Amino acid sequence: MTIKGKAYIAGAYEHPTRLAPDKTVAQLHAEVALGALADAGLTRADIDGYFCAGDAPGPGPASMADYMNLKLRHVDSTELGGTSYIALAAHAAEAIALGKCEVALITLAGRPRSEGMATGTTPRSRDPNQPEAAWEFPYGLTTANGYAMCAMRHRHQYGTTSEQLAWVKVAASHHAQHNPSAMLPEVVTVADVVNSPVIADPLHRLDCCVISDGGGALVVVRPEIAKELNRKLKRPLVKLIGTGETVKHLSGGTFDLTTSGAARSGPAAFAEAGIKPSDIKYVSIYDSFTITVVMQIEDLGFCAKGAGGKFVSDGNLISGVGKLPFNTDGGGLCNNHPANRGGMTKVIEAVRQLRGEAHPAVQVKNCDLALAQGTGMQLGTRHCSATLIMERE
Amino acid sequence: MATARKIPAPVVTAETQAFWDAARENRFVVPVCAACGRAHWYPRAICPFCDSGKVEWREGSGKGTIYTFSVMRRAKEPYAIAYVTLAEGPAMMANIVDSNFDALRIGQPVTVVFEPTEDGPPVPMFRPV
Repeated sequence: MTIKGKAYIAGAYEHPTRLAPDKTVAQLHAEVALGALADAGLTRADIDGYFCAGDAPGPGPASMADYMNLKLRHVDSTELGGTSYIALAAHAAEAIALGKCEVALITLAGRPRSEGMATGTTPRSRDPNQPEAAWEFPYGLTTANGYAMCAMRHRHQYGTTSEQLAWVKVAASHHAQHNPSAMLPEVVTVADVVNSPVIADPLHRLDCCVISDGGGALVVVRPEIAKELNRKLKRPLVKLIGTGETVKHLSGGTFDLTTSGAARSGPAAFAEAGIKPSDIKYVSIYDSFTITVVMQIEDLGFCAKGAGGKFVSDGNLISGVGKLPFNTDGGGLCNNHPANRGGMTKVIEAVRQLRGEAHPAVQVKNCDLALAQGTGMQLGTRHCSATLIMERE
Repeated sequence: MATARKIPAPVVTAETQAFWDAARENRFVVPVCAACGRAHWYPRAICPFCDSGKVEWREGSGKGTIYTFSVMRRAKEPYAIAYVTLAEGPAMMANIVDSNFDALRIGQPVTVVFEPTEDGPPVPMFRPV
C-alpha cells in the first residue's frame, strides 16, 4: 500500500495577517478554510473530510466542524505539534486512498502575538500527568534553551559555528525581502545575527523565529477531482508521492541530541516516493531556530551528518544562488509562525513553488520535486517529525 | 551562591514517591532494572529497555559529566540548564549551580546537589567537581 499518486493538493491558502487582535481563533480557521477552498475552485459543501490539530479551539475537530457547519464522513485530529499539518496532509492522502473521503480540508490558525505569549523564553507548565513533568519543568526548560542545548552539542561534536548557523537566517532574510507580508523583510548579514543579543547560549535573538498571528489551510483531493478542477484552473498539479512520520525522544536517557526525527521520517518518505535527496529542487524546512534547519538538512540526507553547518554557509540555501533553495517565503525566521507552528506554511510555500506561483525573485526554475519537513514540540527533549514529498504534474 | 531562581516544586506521583522521599534525606537514588541491570532516566515503574516491572531504587554515585548545556541569558537571573550523563549510564536534565557560567564546558565532571523548591521536595542539580 502507498499514498503515491493517490491524492493531490488542490487548494492552499496562507492568511495575510500577522497580528489579529480583532479576530477570534475560530474565525481565522474559517477564513483560511474559505481561502483554500476558493484557491481550489471548491465550496464548503464539497468537504467530506476535516483534519485539524491542537491549535483548533476545543478538543478535537468538533467545535470547528460546528462553527464552519461542515458535513463530514471522515475526521482526524492527530496532534503532532507544529508539524501536524505535514502529517495531516499525509493522513488525508491515506484516507482518500482508502475511499474514506474525497475532499479533505486541513486548517491551522492562532494568535500568540495578540495574546502576548513569550513563547520561547518562558518555561511552560504542563499537564501533571505527563510523566516527564517533574524532571524538566523545575529546571526552567524553555523552547529557546532546549534548542540551544542541541546547538551546543552540535557545535561540540561537529564544530558547527555561530557564523554557520547565522547563514540560515541570512538566506531566509534574502527571501523575505520579496514577501510583502513578511514580519521581518530586511536583509540581514552574518554579523547582524552573531552580534544580536544572546538569548540562550549559543543562540542569538536572530537565530530565533518570529511570533505571529495567522494561519493557513490546505485542500487535499482524489486525483479525478484534481484533474477535473484543473480544466478551468490550468496550472501545474501538486501530487503527493511520499510521506513519513515519527517521534524522536530521550530513549530512557540514551539519546543523541544532534539528531532529529527527520532521520527516520525522511528516509521513509524518500523510499515511498522512489527518489533521492539530490532529486529535490526546493525544500521547506521547519525553522523555529537556525539549528533546527541544520539538523534536519543533515538528517534528510542533503549532506553528511555533522556537515550541515558548512552546507548552509555562503548562501547555499538562497534561491538562485545556492544548491538547495529553502523557505522562499522567508519561513518562520522572517515571514510568520502562526500559532507557534510551522508545518502548514511549509507545505503552502512548496505548493507555490511547484505551481510556479512563488515570487519571481525566488521562484526555483523547473521546480518539479519539492519536500516539506517539520518537527513539532521540542528538539531538546521529544518531538514529532513529518516529511512530505510532492511532485509537479 | 546556589540559585536565585525560584524552583517550582516537582510533581510527585505514585511512580516517583520513593525518589522524592530519598531526596528529602539528601540521597540521590537511581532507577535500575533488576531484570536487565540497566539504569534509566527519567524514572518510571516499567523498564524502558526490557519492559520488566522490577525496577528498583539504588543509591546513585551522584557523579556525572556535562553532555550539553545552555545558559539562559534572557532570564532575569541567568541560569544554566544541562543534560548530565550519570556514571550509571543515562543522561538527565538538571541545572548546573555554584559555577562560573562562562567556564562551563561539555565533558566537565559534576556532582549532585539538592536544591530547595518553593513548596515541595528538593530537586537534584549538579555543581562542577
